[in-house]
Amino acid sequence: MARQWTVASDLMLIEPVVESIVALCVTAGFSARHCSLNVPVAVTEAMANAMLQGNRNEPSRTVQVRVALDAERLCVDVTDEGVGFDLSSLQQSPNETDWFEREDGRGVFLMRTLMDRVESAGPDAESGHCIRLILHRT
Amino acid sequence: MSFILDRNDDVLLVNVEGQLVVTNRQEFKQAILDAVEQGARTVVIDFARSGYIDSSGLGALVSLSKRVRDAGGDVRLAGLNDDLRALFELTRLDQLFPLYATRADALAAR
Repeated sequence: MARQWTVASDLMLIEPVVESIVALCVTAGFSARHCSLNVPVAVTEAMANAMLQGNRNEPSRTVQVRVALDAERLCVDVTDEGVGFDLSSLQQSPNETDWFEREDGRGVFLMRTLMDRVESAGPDAESGHCIRLILHRT
Repeated sequence: MSFILDRNDDVLLVNVEGQLVVTNRQEFKQAILDAVEQGARTVVIDFARSGYIDSSGLGALVSLSKRVRDAGGDVRLAGLNDDLRALFELTRLDQLFPLYATRADALAAR
């Protein structure tokens, strides 16, 4: 099963997409925690990063969300129109001294913690920069 | 998401309904900071009717905690379901915030 959404860089457009993906996961039999925590938080993070960082919050730039769901796993590709970034360079964790003080910088940590895999692809001249989230059913 | 603030002297009770995420964190934070500016010192945030919290929401809580502590008060979280409690444990923010089962417990700890 596959679904795809293309939305403008408007943070208010995140929640309807997240709700649709969660509904697909519920139907597919993912666990209650996956559906109420892992999936909505990780997808929200990826879409917000794409809009705010990748697309510089420019409404004319779009974010594409592609979902592939099968018997084993959920795969979500979130693609923006930005130049991309080095995912491996973002290693923020609770071990850092300012973790309990700073306001930002927990998004990638949360995605990695809540998903089984987080991968970065691109940037590609045609498809843009993509973050892939993978969550296995069990 | 909506939130209701109920202030009694220096105690501020905040009821959160729905998600605390990137779209509403600034409004949420500013409303509480305004109450702190007006004298609130014990801030109890009740998540019993809340959905999920993303990194922006967590960041707003961390920022609030520092600002309230700087003003001589503290922020207490109540009513978190198992998923939200897991989120605070995963991020180790349960070390920053006292977590209470109910708002009554949080208020009684005063």
